[in-house]
Amino acid sequence: MSSGEAVQDVRKPSPGGGTVELRLEGVSRWYGNVVAVNGISMTIGPGVTGLLGPNGAGKSTLIHMMGGFLPPSSGTVTLDGAPVWKNPDVYRRLGLVPERETAYDFLTGWQFILAMAKLHKLPDPAEAARRAIALVEMDDAAGRAIGGYSKGMKQRIKMASALVHDPPVLLLDEPFNGMDPRQRLQLMDLIRRMAAEGRTILFSSHILEEVERLAQHIEVVVAGRHAASGDFRKIRRLMTDRPHIFMVRSADDRRLAAAVIADGSARSVQLTEKGLRVEAVDFQRFTWLLPRLARDAGVRLWEVSPSDESLESVFSYLVAR
Amino acid sequence: MNATIAMITLRSMLGRRRALLLLGLPALMLVLAGILRATGIADMEVSVTVLQRIALMTLLPLLALIAGTGVIGPEIDDGQIMYVLTKPVPRQVIVLTKLAVAIGLIVVFAVLPTLVAGLLLIGTAEGLASAFTVGVLVGGVAYGAIFVALGVISRNAVTVGLLYALVWESLLGNFAPGARSASVQQWALSVTDALTGVADVTSTVDLGVAVPLLALVTVAGTLLAVVRLRSLSVASAE
Repeated sequence: MSSGEAVQDVRKPSPGGGTVELRLEGVSRWYGNVVAVNGISMTIGPGVTGLLGPNGAGKSTLIHMMGGFLPPSSGTVTLDGAPVWKNPDVYRRLGLVPERETAYDFLTGWQFILAMAKLHKLPDPAEAARRAIALVEMDDAAGRAIGGYSKGMKQRIKMASALVHDPPVLLLDEPFNGMDPRQRLQLMDLIRRMAAEGRTILFSSHILEEVERLAQHIEVVVAGRHAASGDFRKIRRLMTDRPHIFMVRSADDRRLAAAVIADGSARSVQLTEKGLRVEAVDFQRFTWLLPRLARDAGVRLWEVSPSDESLESVFSYLVAR
Repeated sequence: MNATIAMITLRSMLGRRRALLLLGLPALMLVLAGILRATGIADMEVSVTVLQRIALMTLLPLLALIAGTGVIGPEIDDGQIMYVLTKPVPRQVIVLTKLAVAIGLIVVFAVLPTLVAGLLLIGTAEGLASAFTVGVLVGGVAYGAIFVALGVISRNAVTVGLLYALVWESLLGNFAPGARSASVQQWALSVTDALTGVADVTSTVDLGVAVPLLALVTVAGTLLAVVRLRSLSVASAE
């Protein structure tokens, strides 16, 4: 993907000066007998890093530990050598966008961001708030109460709250959840710009395509373990080089099933209560082909989704390697 | 103290339905005091009963519970506290600010209404109104610290607080004399007792014991809240 390369090329010292590094060393976290994160070591540097894994893989636990909200049961998380747990000083260089939607709903966007700027004790909080709000393009809505915002707007105002002190490191927990495609593109664009300024950005997602479009570097976590790490192309190849399972709902599942089988682009097609379960041989080709097959067969497509189970199996496949 | 945290806390407290509760309880007491005065029933004995049973033993613990747990509990529950915790603000400043807002609310919605109710009932006679006002104030500070700490520690702060205020202080105190001494209400009453000559006002705890205990509970509650907030970890969804 060209934008990925472009961002990689413009890596430069972060806004705070120097290269900021978030380092995890042998980090584990368990709750009672349940191990949520198991011996993970990774270093997050400037640019966009995607933390990819299925739901429940331990991504949020990891981000919470990176953000100093959860002590590792063992191992260390450091930001440029300084521990993040019980060290509120790291928040001068760290911005965190939590997954939960709640902000202070009774405040307006402007009041919220101004309050955050004041809490950071910035020299000119009003100017910093204005800049952060402009950065996420929320100028027009800043006068309205956050409680009335759409999901995408809430996400952007949360982004502004994390950016108000211009931190060199930004952690985003599932930032695209619940966003519509347009909001998604806007946020991706914003994250790319942030990265182009030299920031270290880590975002989590369970959706491969999101990560692929945005991150140069991918860390894959499955069942609390570090499954893969590296360039998105390499991981993409690992992931596409295997059968994919799609759940398809349409106006006439039987007729669509017949068309898919006749075409030969699927290894198997199963008629289930929830729709068609299609095991495609080639991910790219199938996503390109399915709408055409449906059109030719005169069947209206309602929903095409890579099934969660399939993602899970993609990840298990990675772990197995 | 941090003015920004105080502003957000105050707005969240007064913006929610909780504000109606805050207002409703003292309003009821004031209406009762007004009726008692208008009907001429309000003698010294009745006044002591109202100020002790209603202001000190009912209104104060309930309001302190709403204010103390409310300034921090819901914010932790719904994760908003993250926005404050991800700032380079020392944890003790956060706790002290929250406590100050809670005490401010207790003063407005419990201490001042107690003074007004006292003046309505009996005027300035025997210093009863001002004595109960001071008693409710010192009790309110101690309760505030206890309930702020409870708000940080427990996700069921309101339930635990209610059990403490109602079961421990009211019921147990009636059956076990020893438990009565370990009661914020009795300590506050002891302070009130020292400030008025009215014979009906008596506490089971000496002033020399009550004052240090009030101070101890206030400091301990505050410290506990700071320590627990420092190591507050988010409940992970996973």
